[in-house]
Amino acid sequence: MNNFVILPILIPLLTGIFLIFLARKVNAQRVVSLISAIISIVIAFSLVIEVKTDGIQVLQASNWAAPFGISIVADMLSALLVLVTSIIVFTVLIYSFKHIDADREKFFYYSLVQFLIVGVNGAFLTGDIFNLFVFFEVMLMSSYVLLVIGGTKIQLRETIKYLLVNVIASALFVVAVALLYSVVGTLNIADISQRIAEIEQPGIITVIAILFLIVFGLKGAIFPLYVWMPGSYYAPPIPILALFGALLTKVGIYSILRTFTTLFYHQPEYTHSIMMYLAILTIIFGCIGVMAYMDVKKIIIYNIVVAIGVILFGISVMNTEAIAGSVMYTLHDMLIKSALFLLIGIMIAKTGTSNIKRMGGLIHQSPLLGWLFFIAAISLAGVPPFSGFAGKLMIIQGAFEGGHYAGGLIVLFSSLIVLYSVMRIFIFAFWGEKKEYNLATEQKKDNRFLMLPIGILIAVSIAYGIGTEAVYTYVSDAVQVLMNPSDYIQAVLKEG
Amino acid sequence: MKTKTNDLILQTVTKVATFVIVLFSIHIFFAGHYTPGGGFIGGLMTSSAIILLLLAFDLKTVKAILPINYLLLVAVGLVFSVGTGVGALFFDAPFLTHAFQYFDLPLFGHTSLHTAVLFDTGVYLVVIGVTMTIIQTIGESE
Repeated sequence: MNNFVILPILIPLLTGIFLIFLARKVNAQRVVSLISAIISIVIAFSLVIEVKTDGIQVLQASNWAAPFGISIVADMLSALLVLVTSIIVFTVLIYSFKHIDADREKFFYYSLVQFLIVGVNGAFLTGDIFNLFVFFEVMLMSSYVLLVIGGTKIQLRETIKYLLVNVIASALFVVAVALLYSVVGTLNIADISQRIAEIEQPGIITVIAILFLIVFGLKGAIFPLYVWMPGSYYAPPIPILALFGALLTKVGIYSILRTFTTLFYHQPEYTHSIMMYLAILTIIFGCIGVMAYMDVKKIIIYNIVVAIGVILFGISVMNTEAIAGSVMYTLHDMLIKSALFLLIGIMIAKTGTSNIKRMGGLIHQSPLLGWLFFIAAISLAGVPPFSGFAGKLMIIQGAFEGGHYAGGLIVLFSSLIVLYSVMRIFIFAFWGEKKEYNLATEQKKDNRFLMLPIGILIAVSIAYGIGTEAVYTYVSDAVQVLMNPSDYIQAVLKEG
Repeated sequence: MKTKTNDLILQTVTKVATFVIVLFSIHIFFAGHYTPGGGFIGGLMTSSAIILLLLAFDLKTVKAILPINYLLLVAVGLVFSVGTGVGALFFDAPFLTHAFQYFDLPLFGHTSLHTAVLFDTGVYLVVIGVTMTIIQTIGESE
């Protein structure tokens, strides 16, 4: 019993409820949500330390023993993801203070952000497959409202698409859980894992595994199922987009990682090779999208698709190096994607356009912005001193060890294209002659304050890159649990 | 266009029926532990009583009868439910652990009081709040 594990879910939940009472007082809302974000970082940090020293932390909610109640489980992977999530929320909140307009702020924006975090943290921490579904819904409901809040025409149109896709995905999720329940008769992830191991994954379980891959693939945007994403993510304001880009797809990826290492690992030659083909196709289609557009938002959005493909490829290789690489790369990608979205937010605010052909010479106007973008760009591509390097290196190492040479080479080649795409933004927008932008006077806001959250994110990401060795000791704990599901099962069921 | 019709029968029946519905919903709410019922269905029934009032009269009259901000009602309900869960933390028990005790109450006799009722009260309030917010918002928009 350890109530500490529930706090990353409980704190944003209580904050979100409290903020409903403060609906009209924007300043009070900002203060409360900022304080709660700082507390969340502290708690997430101590959770990581606790998991490091004492092993997997489990809370049996309402004091029911393991397979009968809901377990909240924090292993190293969950704890790290919760920590990165709380850092991102902290920075995006600071960014929102200046960037979100007052109408949205009055209409429960900060509450909704807190509820989104309840869903995300809950999905990372739960040890029950149906509870995972519920937290997915908490997250999705908040994201529907965050997507449509403000009510511009493009937001309304894209929300309908996003809503349709996710309602269908959720229905499939329920069907998949129902099928799984009818076969194994339990919902606790540890217990399911044990029973699947007992019956040695017959055909029906493999079918369910593929169904789960489709469900989480819809949420996490893998190859044939990513088509909803570029349009939907194009619609909302930048801080919301940064939250979505950094968190939502990664929850899908986390769920794939969890289910395919803990539950469905008995027939990798079938399930994991399908996953590998999908991952490679995701990378290829993401790369095509990355090169095709001249719009900064679209370029970064397609970069999410590429990153999802790379992470998924690491998962599908299924050896220690590749999984460790995937975990490293996920943490890095969450940080750097949110930084990139916040950066292009400032660029769009400065130039009044998102088309890179109409930008130019921004480095004269704001050198700091330029160099922050440069650092973010090269760490996205994985240049050695920065954060994207170690993860990709380990994924490729794992791929070559597993004999998947073509896949490894495609991952390498995709880095080149990713670098090309962000450097193209850098060259078009920051180099060249200074251009005149005809902005309306109310659009000429002072953007210096917005550098602070971006600076924090970039600093964390640089520290992550330089301190890879230190981070790896934590990541290897996470991988240890993922590669040996028995650790997970023992931790959850030990008192059962 | 608004036509003023004579709703005397509807309004008179509503005045009686509303109380019956509210009483039945409260009965169902409290019966939830041993028989079918509980916070969700109870809340829906109470809001259906308010909706009957809305049908027989109009938005303004009902607002005068029940001056409740339903959005705040949702928040209060959430405080009840989450608060019950958080309460367990203070007694060094896992989150959402419930407690019950038997009491000899003057009118009810030997009764068990359970903290799950507080949780259900939260659900009840949230359901009323959400239903009424949806219906009022759609009713008011033009």
